Amino acid sequence: MSTRLARREHRAAWLFLTPLALVMLLVAVWPLSRTVFFAFTNAYLDDPTNYSMVGIDNFIEVLTDSGWWHVVRNTLVFTSISVAIETVLGLAIALLINEAIPGRGLVRAAILVPWAIPVVVATKIWDWMLNDQFGVINALIVGLGLSDHGIAWTANSSLIMGVVIFIDVWMTTPFMVLLILAGLQLLPGEIFEAAHVDGIPAWKRFWSITLPLLTPAIGVAVLFRALDALRMFDLAYVLSASNENIMTVSIYARDRLISYQELGVGSAAASCVFLLVAFVAILIIGVLRLDRSAGAA
Amino acid sequence: MSIKSIALGATMFLTMMAGAAQAESISVFCGATDYDLCVKAADAWKAKTGNEAKINKMPALLDDAIPLYQQLLAAKSPDVDVLFLDVIWLGMFKNNLLDLKGKIPQADIDAHFKSTVGAGEINGELIAMPAYMDVGLMFYRKDLLEKYGKPEPKTWDELAATAKEIQDKERAAGNGDMWGYTWQAKSYEGLTCDAIELIASNGGGTIISDDGKVTIDNPEAAEAITRAKGWIGTITPEGVLNYDEEASRAVFEAGNSVFHRNWPYVWGTSQTAGGKIVGKVGMMPLPVGKEGQKSSGCLGPMYFGASKYTTHPELSAEFIAFITGPEMQKMRAVEGAYSPSISALYSDPDVLAKLPFLKDTAPAFADSAARPSGYTGTSYNRVSQAFYRAVHDMLSGEADVKADLTSLAAKLEKLKESR
Repeated sequence: MSTRLARREHRAAWLFLTPLALVMLLVAVWPLSRTVFFAFTNAYLDDPTNYSMVGIDNFIEVLTDSGWWHVVRNTLVFTSISVAIETVLGLAIALLINEAIPGRGLVRAAILVPWAIPVVVATKIWDWMLNDQFGVINALIVGLGLSDHGIAWTANSSLIMGVVIFIDVWMTTPFMVLLILAGLQLLPGEIFEAAHVDGIPAWKRFWSITLPLLTPAIGVAVLFRALDALRMFDLAYVLSASNENIMTVSIYARDRLISYQELGVGSAAASCVFLLVAFVAILIIGVLRLDRSAGAA
Repeated sequence: MSIKSIALGATMFLTMMAGAAQAESISVFCGATDYDLCVKAADAWKAKTGNEAKINKMPALLDDAIPLYQQLLAAKSPDVDVLFLDVIWLGMFKNNLLDLKGKIPQADIDAHFKSTVGAGEINGELIAMPAYMDVGLMFYRKDLLEKYGKPEPKTWDELAATAKEIQDKERAAGNGDMWGYTWQAKSYEGLTCDAIELIASNGGGTIISDDGKVTIDNPEAAEAITRAKGWIGTITPEGVLNYDEEASRAVFEAGNSVFHRNWPYVWGTSQTAGGKIVGKVGMMPLPVGKEGQKSSGCLGPMYFGASKYTTHPELSAEFIAFITGPEMQKMRAVEGAYSPSISALYSDPDVLAKLPFLKDTAPAFADSAARPSGYTGTSYNRVSQAFYRAVHDMLSGEADVKADLTSLAAKLEKLKESR
C-alpha cells in the first residue's frame, strides 16, 4: 500500500514539476546551449544561419585580447569594492533599525526607495546631479566654498569608477539591509538576554554572538550581490557606454555581439562571463562554507 | 435589373475593392529628434496617396537602434518596411536592404548630391536614399563677438584665443559660468566625428584612406589632438570628456559658451522662442588647423532604406521617394532646420529665407570629411570604437599622443578589413 502511495506521490510530483522543467528548458537551457554552441562557430549576427565550426578559436581570441582582461579587472574592482561597502553599510543599518526606535516601520519602508527605482532612472538622476555645469552636487560644493568650480565627476578617468561604485552602493545597500535584517530577526533572543545578565559589554556581544550567528545570512547576501555585480551592465552602460574605465565584462560581450556583429566571438565572451560568475560563486560558497552552515541550520 | 446596371454595379464594386486594396499601410522607423516631421510627412503621404505610414520612434541615442534593427532583420521580420539609417550603418545592413534601383525614378535619384547618393550605393545596388545632410558646424555667440570686436576665427588657434579672451573678460564681468568652447568628447561615436574634424582640418587625413591605408599615425594628427587636449580645463570644461551632443548643447543654450560645435539642428533648437540666446547665434563652417587646409566638418547624412523582408516593396520604395523628395525635404528644412540633400533646394527662396546660413553650409558640405565607413564596411564599428577610445584616452590621460597614435595605427591595421 505504502509503496503504491509513494509511487503515486512521485508521479504527482513529476506531473507538477513538468511544466516548470519545460519552461526552464525553454528559457534557460535552450538559449544558454545555443550561446555555447555559437561560441564554437564563426557566425555573424546579420546572417546567423551561415557558419562553420572553428573549434576554440573564439575563446583564444577573447582570452588573448588585452581589452578582455582590462574589463575583467574593471569588473572585479567594481564587484569587490562595491560589495564590501554595501555589506558593511548594510550590516550597520540593519543593526540600527533592528533596535526598537520610534518610527522604525517608516524608516524600513523609506530605506527601500533607492532599491525600488529602476537602475536606468537612478543612474540618469545621479548623472544629472553630478553634472559639472548644472549639477546640484557641484552647486553644493561651490556654495560651501569647498571648490571654486564644479568637479567633472563623470569625465575624470580616475573619478568615474568611484561614481559607478557610489551609485551602486546607494542603490543596492537596501537589498543588503533587508537580507541581513531578516537574518537578525531570526537570532534567538535568549542568548542575548543571557549575555546581558552576565554583564557582557555590547561590542563583545556583537563580536562573539551576533556576528557568528549572522554569518550565514551575510554570506547569502554577499553571494547574491556579488553575482549581481559581476554581470553589471545597465549602470555603466547608461553612465558612459563605451568608456573603457568603467566597461564591464557584460558590456564587452555586448560590444562584440551587437556592435561588431561577431556572434561567434561575442558568444564566446558571453560564455566566459558565465564561467567567471560561476567560478566566483563557487569561490564564495567555498570560502564562506555556505553549503555546510546551511546544512547545520 | 438590366445588364447595364449589373455591369455598373460590378464596376463600382471592383473600383471599391481596388481602392481598398490600394489603401495599404507600411511601418516606418524615424529618428527621435525629427519624429514630428516624420509624422507630418506621413500625413502628407496619406492625403496624397491614401496609404498609411505608421511611424515608430527610435531611441534617443541613435546607435541604440542597431540591436533593434539587427533582431528584426536577422529574424527576416516583415513587421517593418522602411528603416531610418545613419550613413555609417549602410555597410552593416547592406545584405538586408532592398535594392531601390528601378523602383525610384532615376531623375529623383539624380536630384541629390552625388557623393551622398553614392554612399547609399553598395555593390551596384541602391540600398538607401538620403533624407537630409548633417555636417559638423561651428555655432558662436554673435553678440559676444560683436561686443569684443572679434572677427569669425578662421583657424582653431584663432578660435581658442578669441574664446579665451571673451571667456576671461565675461568672467571678470561677473559671468562666472562662462566657457570659451563646448564640443563632444565622450567615449562614443560622436567623438570619432569631432576628432576627425580636428585631424582632417589640420591635414592629418581621415583615419583610413579610401584605398584602405591606415593614415592616422602622422604628426599633423598628433598636433591636432594635442591642441584639443590643451583646451580642456582652459576654454572647455573638463566635463566635455563625458559630453554628447545634448549635454554640450545644454551649456551653449544656457548662454554659457562662446563657441559650440554641433550639427545643424542646433540652429532650430537655439532659436526656439523663450530660449536664452534667441537672435544671438551665428553659424559658420568649422575652422582649419593651418592656412591652406579645408574646413572639414564631419559628414553624417541620414538615409531611408527598405527592409528586404518587407511585404510591400513597391509601396515602401514609393514612400521613400516621397519622404526623401524635394517637397518633404523643403518642409524639413523650413520647419526643422534640416539641411536638404537635394542641391536645387539650396537656391530655393523659401528655404533661404528661413535658413540664411544654408549658402554658407554648402561649402561646408563640399569640404566635409567622411568617416571611413566606405572602406571598413561591416568593420566600421570596431574601427571607430578603437579610434574614439584611443582619442578619449589621449585627451583625458597623461599618455604620449605620438606613441598612442602609433599603437592605434597598429590596432586599426588588424581591424580595418570588412568581411
